Amino acid sequence: METRTVLSASDIDRAVTRIAHEILESNHGVSDLVILGIPTRGAVLAKRIVSVITRNENVEESQLLGQLDITMYRDDLALNPTRPVGVTHIPNDGIDDKVVVLVDDVLFSGRTIRAALDALNDFGRPKAVQLAVLVDRGHRELPIRADFVGKNLPTAREERIRVHLTESDEQNQVVIEG
Amino acid sequence: MKHLLSANDLTRENAIEILDTAIEMAGVNDREIKKLPTLRGKTVVNLFFEDSTRTRISFEVAAKRLSADVINFAAKGSSVSKGESLKDTAQTLEAMGADAVVIRHYASGAAHTLAHSGWVNGSVINAGDGTHEHPSQALLDAFTLRKAVNQDAAGAGLDGLSVAIVGDIAHSRVARSNLTLLKTLGAKVHLVAPATLLPKGLTDKADSYSYSLDETIDSVDLDAIMMLRVQSERMNASFFPSEREYARIWGLNQDRLARLGENTFIMHPGPMNRGLEIDARSADSRRSLILDQVANGVSIRMAIMYHLLAGGAE
Repeated sequence: METRTVLSASDIDRAVTRIAHEILESNHGVSDLVILGIPTRGAVLAKRIVSVITRNENVEESQLLGQLDITMYRDDLALNPTRPVGVTHIPNDGIDDKVVVLVDDVLFSGRTIRAALDALNDFGRPKAVQLAVLVDRGHRELPIRADFVGKNLPTAREERIRVHLTESDEQNQVVIEG
Repeated sequence: MKHLLSANDLTRENAIEILDTAIEMAGVNDREIKKLPTLRGKTVVNLFFEDSTRTRISFEVAAKRLSADVINFAAKGSSVSKGESLKDTAQTLEAMGADAVVIRHYASGAAHTLAHSGWVNGSVINAGDGTHEHPSQALLDAFTLRKAVNQDAAGAGLDGLSVAIVGDIAHSRVARSNLTLLKTLGAKVHLVAPATLLPKGLTDKADSYSYSLDETIDSVDLDAIMMLRVQSERMNASFFPSEREYARIWGLNQDRLARLGENTFIMHPGPMNRGLEIDARSADSRRSLILDQVANGVSIRMAIMYHLLAGGAE
């Protein structure tokens, strides 16, 4: 199988830093901001984005960062073997009237984000929901788009995008297999 | 895993996965909107041939929190009292399209029969069969104990813990399931009962057994002590001379509570006979996990249903 690296470790770092600044810029700072990563790699990226933000703004990680597991909201549960359930953690102040930024590694069909929007519904009513992804590879099946994108990667449907992050995979890179 | 019939069905990995899922389910139960869409469109039948409060209600709440439709069937007031057999009852439920049947029955092996007879196609969850098994209770006991001992418990077993199971072991499906599951999760199990209520087959599986509660309390460093209900309704012979004598020799009282370590948790699957196997002060003491056991029932049963019903074919 042919494998091609499309983002190197430093590309990922730059993308994360840029996304963090774009989030701050478009929301005029950190007031009312909540950043929720979708496990597993979205949660890792959310933590990295928040660490850039806490370096620049007067805010604690615990006020800003959470994670949202969407396993039990998936629309394909019955089509696959049972999946393990991930951890959900919402910052103490909740999400009512906050701007929630969802973070995921790859945006593909949009179904994960649909499930995440359903899950958010059960936690409260955010003022707005935005989406940040490291890679947008196209092939949407739902009317969903990202507000902050690390890299747009046109792909063929049968290709696979693999995101490796040191926290879970020992190295930092994004590769295409296909 | 399609059915949950016995604690023997659970490998260590399965069991820990269910316990970990239950942590997340407990999070759902703390939310304002206590509902997940996970089992939407599935039908769960609660088939109860024997009285139950805690188990039936917690299975019902668990199924509803996962958005399943729930049909409650109690043998009293149904055609069972007209003499309908388990087979005919099961086939009626099958015709209604049950995806899962939660069954409690007075006959040991009823859940196994239902699962392997071909009468129903859905999953079968054993909610207590005679004096045989009650696996969901064992899972919730393990969950409660794991959380009490180690707050950040995800992924962990019960390795190295020492647990005594005390009382009417012969008639206790809770004791059988707990013995198996506690061993699977790495705990040491000590059985304590009057000789008349301690079957030989179980003593072989335990790490130790004794006919004296005092001896066990003095010789073993216990992390938890599980008191069992004296099941008078299943006793058709004299297993001990009198209730007063039972309470004096095998009951948990102030004196024994004081001799247990400060860190020994007290558990009881309920319903309690206060004053018989456990006195009120022990049941309500700071070290008692009895109310936590009840509270955790819904979370663990949500986790079980998630693992049995949410996924498609392997």
